[in-house]
Amino acid sequence: MSRAGRIARRGFLVGSVAIAGGVAFGAWRYTRPLPDPFAKGLPPGAEALNPYVLIDASGITLIAPRADKGQGARWIQAALIAEELDIDPAGARIEPGPVSKTYYNTALLQENLPIDPTDTGWLAQTLRAGSDVPARLLGLQITGGSSSVPDGFEKLRRAGAVARETLKQAAAMREGLSRADLRTGDGNVILPDGQRIPYTELAAEAASIAPVQDVVLRAPSQWRILGKPVQRADIVAKSTGTQRYGIDLAFDGMLYASVRAAPAGASVAKVEAAAAKGMRGVHSVVPIRDGIAVVADNTWRAMQALQAITIDWAFPDLPGDQQAVWDGLTAALDTAQIDSRPRDTGDVENALAAGAVIEAEYRVPFLAHAPLEPMNATVRITDSQCEIWTGTQIPDFVVAKVAALTGLGEDSIQVHSQMIGGSFGRRLELDFILQAVQIAQSVPGRPVKMIWSREEDFAHDQPRPAQIARGRGRVANGRIEALDLAIATPSVTASWFGRVWRALPGPDATITAGAGDQPLAIPNYRVTGHRADEVFPVSSWRSVGASGNGFLHGCLLDELFAAADLDPLQGLIDLCSHDVSRRVLNELREISGWTGRAAGQGRGRGVAFCLSFGVPCAQVVDVADTANGMRITRAFAVADIGTVLDPVNAQAQLSGGMLFGLGHAMNCELTYRDHVPEQTNFHAYQAMRLHQAPEITVRLLENGPLRGLGEPGVPPAAPALANAIFAATGQRIRELPLSRKVRFA
Amino acid sequence: MELTVNGQRHQIDAEAGMPLLWVLRDILGLTGTKYGCGIAQCGACTVHIDGEAVRSCQIALADVGGEVTTIEGLGTPDAPHPVQQAWIDHQVAQCGYCQSGQIMSAAAMLALQGEPDDQQIDRIMSANLCRCATYPRIRAAIHDAARRLATG
Repeated sequence: MSRAGRIARRGFLVGSVAIAGGVAFGAWRYTRPLPDPFAKGLPPGAEALNPYVLIDASGITLIAPRADKGQGARWIQAALIAEELDIDPAGARIEPGPVSKTYYNTALLQENLPIDPTDTGWLAQTLRAGSDVPARLLGLQITGGSSSVPDGFEKLRRAGAVARETLKQAAAMREGLSRADLRTGDGNVILPDGQRIPYTELAAEAASIAPVQDVVLRAPSQWRILGKPVQRADIVAKSTGTQRYGIDLAFDGMLYASVRAAPAGASVAKVEAAAAKGMRGVHSVVPIRDGIAVVADNTWRAMQALQAITIDWAFPDLPGDQQAVWDGLTAALDTAQIDSRPRDTGDVENALAAGAVIEAEYRVPFLAHAPLEPMNATVRITDSQCEIWTGTQIPDFVVAKVAALTGLGEDSIQVHSQMIGGSFGRRLELDFILQAVQIAQSVPGRPVKMIWSREEDFAHDQPRPAQIARGRGRVANGRIEALDLAIATPSVTASWFGRVWRALPGPDATITAGAGDQPLAIPNYRVTGHRADEVFPVSSWRSVGASGNGFLHGCLLDELFAAADLDPLQGLIDLCSHDVSRRVLNELREISGWTGRAAGQGRGRGVAFCLSFGVPCAQVVDVADTANGMRITRAFAVADIGTVLDPVNAQAQLSGGMLFGLGHAMNCELTYRDHVPEQTNFHAYQAMRLHQAPEITVRLLENGPLRGLGEPGVPPAAPALANAIFAATGQRIRELPLSRKVRFA
Repeated sequence: MELTVNGQRHQIDAEAGMPLLWVLRDILGLTGTKYGCGIAQCGACTVHIDGEAVRSCQIALADVGGEVTTIEGLGTPDAPHPVQQAWIDHQVAQCGYCQSGQIMSAAAMLALQGEPDDQQIDRIMSANLCRCATYPRIRAAIHDAARRLATG
């Protein structure tokens, strides 16, 4: 079977294999030989199947390999397959896969690059040029970067279409008819006389014939599910307490565990655990790498026993306070060494030398992910096998790291992906999973469910990094002549890669993302990234580099517009060099009824724009300075994602992303003291609550390429709010959270 | 100790100080009630005791002085409570992890207040944290549920 030579455009071909009592359809994929041992590719020329559709006598299963952490990924993947397969996805099982070892090898869950290779647009080129690191990363099965929809759009529909046509072919052969005479509907092949044959009855026959490849994907005008306001499959379960998350799992004989780990860089010096060992329900106290776990018959008992343990930490001889972070960022800005300079248009130095310069320094804080489902993993390990039930965005890395930790072969490690109760990037980390595996090793053969306390979560987040930026600009003749922004931050990519694999050399595009890649035609325009040393480990936080850079860039622009006496929205429209983005700005003007930043006494309007992950997004925030404090009264957001496949969820993502950005901009920071964050739970990290959430109007446009929307709603929110507060009060706040300077109602 | 949950009586062999949350989740297997913070700051563990919304992470087993209703007892996928039906119709949930608590808080509020205004909703519902910020849909679903309950 050598289909590799026939592999069609875009590097995949849908194939089929027989499974017990049925058939699996999926993407044949030619695996490139990668020199990188982690990529564990098949030998050159080898093939294997990524299954997407399983049909047997028991029903239809759709495989949605991208993790669902609330962004609706599982449902949209199923809907893409179901649209072409002609089934009701709500009636199918939707599994994260892998579900069986019998028909594929874990090495083959790798996905294609989310950047369409035919896309020669400036964004794709920018992404490709950034570094080879993201390309290497994105070759793995990973959920992130708002990539699930663009990645699956053609692949999953094609899998569904090939499965449908092959089932029709099986029916045609059985009935002595032509495939062209058959139709499909609701999981059946329909014969010319109206007789319906369920797919489940045809599955075994379909497995024995060559898949029908000459399929034509349906035009959007023919879609039944995509683009329609349908109800997501998880909605009922999530409204009735019946959705099972990783934290809810239970197995016969299962033990419970919880952990206290050393602050980053520290280790365990001394442990006094005698009292804990005698507590009711405590099974054992288990030392793990840089921490202590308690195994018990109940989560609460494990947590109580942990509190009864006295642990002395051995701290490294390194700075452990917030001031060291700010000092390091300042030092990075002061050095001439740069990490990258993705924007260097005109002659900034000359333009600035020509007259009065506006200067401003901005700061953004560390931010915790703090998804509401605390980190957890359930593990059962034996001499020959390790099974892991958890929510993860990076199953490939889990397998590799657990193999290294346990000495088991990668084929002996199975990850059962669970529905995730929020992530915001937290589930890109492995720390909690590796802890759970170590704990399970102490009780071989028994499943152990490890749950972190919320305090452990705050103490051991790898947060969004704090940043300092210096902005300079000059305005003349009623326009912005020059904008120069220098950003200092540690590298999220290097920090993360160092934990999940190994640090890689080269510049980090995320240091300037959301600032150095904006489609604005400022004549003298420079954005520089300075890499600061990492004082505390940092990680990707919803919208990654753009989460902070959107604020730095969006606020500096607003200051320059004000200095030039320009309307900030009109100013953005006039500077915009990207048609899709300009239409977003124009739509925002329409829906917000924008007439300027002034909105009456004690009121103001702010606007900001950020293009991130290929999605231009613009937002307006209205504020009112009331007797009870500053209040966000209205919010407006527009984004262009090319094609809206799931309109209800897309609106929810844009609304939720903006409110997520606003809540953190108002209220949140992590500050370190003695190597740990001072904020230990939600009382000190309020984020957005209902009473602060404004009425929000969102609009989605479909003029650009197909993109995902998990992240792009976040970056414009903070600058739009800060700019609105300036409009209301005349006060420029250049530091987040805004609550340091403003009292919010 | 005796505990009545969703109309069922249980004999619980556990410490008097064990929070109701963990009795529900780890002893009775009622995992619809969620652990989020353990200090009554997120509301994910909200249940009803004799109809009143309480944070089950803060009520010790020995202090449970009435009948407990959890999200599983409020309604089911086949027969959802009107508040749950409003949550379904408005597709409120994103990750969904907080929504059991949101629904239990909303149901208790609506049982007491009839049709609350936005200020009342703010006051009661700000105790429940949604990290995905589904708040506009929570507000809309509450108003909708209030109308449904009023018209019976």
